[in-house]
Amino acid sequence: MNRPTPLTLAAIVAVLAATARAIFFTPLEAVQGPAQKILYVHAPAAWVAFLAFGVVALVSIVYLWLRDDRLDRIAESSAEVGVVFTTVVLITGPLWGKPVWGTYWTWDARLTLTLFLWFVYVGYLLLRGAVEDPAMRARYSAVLGILGALLIPFIHLSVYLFRTLHPLPVLMKPGAPSMPREMLITLLAAFAAFTLLYAALLRTRYRYAVERDAMTPGGFA
Amino acid sequence: MGVGLAGATWAIARKDLLIELRTRTTFIAAGVFALLGVSIFYFAWDPTAIPAVDLAPGVLWVIFTFSGLLGLHRSFGLEQESRAIDALVTSAAPRESIFLGKALANLVFVLAVQAIAIPAVALMYNLPLGGTVLALAGFAVLASVGLVAVGTLFSAMAVNTRMAELLLPVLALPFFVPIVMPAAQATAKLLAGRPADEIYSWLKLLLAFDLVFVFACTMIYPWTFEE
Amino acid sequence: MCRAFGARTIVDGVDLLVGPAECLAIFGPNGAGKTTLLRLLAGLLRPTAGAITIGGEKLSRSPLARSRVGIISHHHMLYEALTGRENVQFAAQMHGVEDSNAVSRSLERMGALEFADVPVRALSRGMQQRVTIARALVHDPDVLLADEPYTALDEAGTRAVAARFSAIRGSGGSIVLVTHNAEEGSAAATRTARMENGRFFEAA
Repeated sequence: MNRPTPLTLAAIVAVLAATARAIFFTPLEAVQGPAQKILYVHAPAAWVAFLAFGVVALVSIVYLWLRDDRLDRIAESSAEVGVVFTTVVLITGPLWGKPVWGTYWTWDARLTLTLFLWFVYVGYLLLRGAVEDPAMRARYSAVLGILGALLIPFIHLSVYLFRTLHPLPVLMKPGAPSMPREMLITLLAAFAAFTLLYAALLRTRYRYAVERDAMTPGGFA
Repeated sequence: MGVGLAGATWAIARKDLLIELRTRTTFIAAGVFALLGVSIFYFAWDPTAIPAVDLAPGVLWVIFTFSGLLGLHRSFGLEQESRAIDALVTSAAPRESIFLGKALANLVFVLAVQAIAIPAVALMYNLPLGGTVLALAGFAVLASVGLVAVGTLFSAMAVNTRMAELLLPVLALPFFVPIVMPAAQATAKLLAGRPADEIYSWLKLLLAFDLVFVFACTMIYPWTFEE
Repeated sequence: MCRAFGARTIVDGVDLLVGPAECLAIFGPNGAGKTTLLRLLAGLLRPTAGAITIGGEKLSRSPLARSRVGIISHHHMLYEALTGRENVQFAAQMHGVEDSNAVSRSLERMGALEFADVPVRALSRGMQQRVTIARALVHDPDVLLADEPYTALDEAGTRAVAARFSAIRGSGGSIVLVTHNAEEGSAAATRTARMENGRFFEAA
């Protein structure tokens, strides 16, 4: 394994710092107690999950225009990193929900949207795995990436409409706007740290993809 | 000596339907699957706990989804065997017409299966259809358009992979959510006699989905090719 | 009329110009890249480097250029549930052929008219090949790309193919022919070439 780059080091430091701040230097929330601290992982992870897919979609559009292999590798890397963060959201959500709401899963609008994002990611990665020809794989992935990005707003609308026409008992909305300043700073710090982490992981995964393709004879000739 | 979009689309749709008419196997399979599914679902619930009327919309649209998927695979599958797709691709027909022609043929196929499934559900679940038939048919058509747009595009890609039959549902099902949800919810409301404005929101969502995805899939289809 | 050069490692650094009334026959062992070259020329594959043009127009951009090209591949590209006539009719529609007699004429020239109304599935491989060639030529292409056209054909079928090739060259069209049939290939060709391991060598 190569020496860690400045980016990787910065990311690790940032995540450690944010974690330390969240655990030791941020006040406990009155009603939820320690469980509320999952927010500092859950929300930033959700941000990265959607950011990563946005990157996939954007890069896909440019790929279809320029047909540059490097763009396909970025999309591939962002998708793999993105699905991991999405999984984190889907795990921390129920973990948080159980002590706070009493159940692991409710069809909460945002969590449902994240669930379908996860399905789209998985479909994307499965498609990549199913196509052998590198050029075809890149083209098809790009198409799916773009259509997937188009789908997300529609899922959001569907779930939103479902909820407004089917009002459910009002649940406590953790992380409401009126957050004490201390918590807000920690949250923002966590967002920044996770974004750095995404960038670092993306770069690492991208380098791996470059090395892997260089070793495959005529892989992307 | 050019080939127009409409002419080519129509010729391709006609050709696909002619082939299906000659072989009929896929249609029969999809139709029987729909009937079987509707019947089996009836026994999956306790009829004393949940009235059939409440179950029907869900059953109808779940069956719609899966029987639709059955037919989609064959759309590009029939071009694979003897590489007839190569002849299409190298012809003067515009690429978009290949997609639109096949989507059109798929639409006819899906609507034909719906024509079996919906009456079957109405019969077996004792649905008080009455005046709602027209609205129901309207939603069936709109939902089918959306399903066929997305499904045809994905089947074009899936057919070139090793796991086509498995891949197509996995790719397509998330995209069916903004189709099935409005259709099922609106159907439920229609059957329960709810006020029309609740149904309009779902109608608008489905219409918007159809417009966006028919356009997007048609435009993006040529990009699945090498050039 | 057609120029192509450079491509994936399967076809390596090919620079080719085929003019009117020429027939270029390409021989070579299996796996040499001949079929890939033909698919590149047909516009089915995109060259990694270089471009394919017909009469100066890029194939991929121009449906009009595509309407001048005819393709015979070693898959028969027919819909087995349809009849020979329906297949050729469909191809005519896809190329915007307006002449209503073109379908029958093309079938007749390949001696396929007798069994034109039988589903392709029920035909022998040789009869299918005749229908395939009728389909490929229904729009009177200026450029014909033929990959193993003589497959499964009997003497009469082979003679019909040779006649069609002469007719194409007679009206100024070009042919690129890939075949293992050395006798027919050489007889039809005005130029010959060989491909081996993706490299292209033209005979004098």
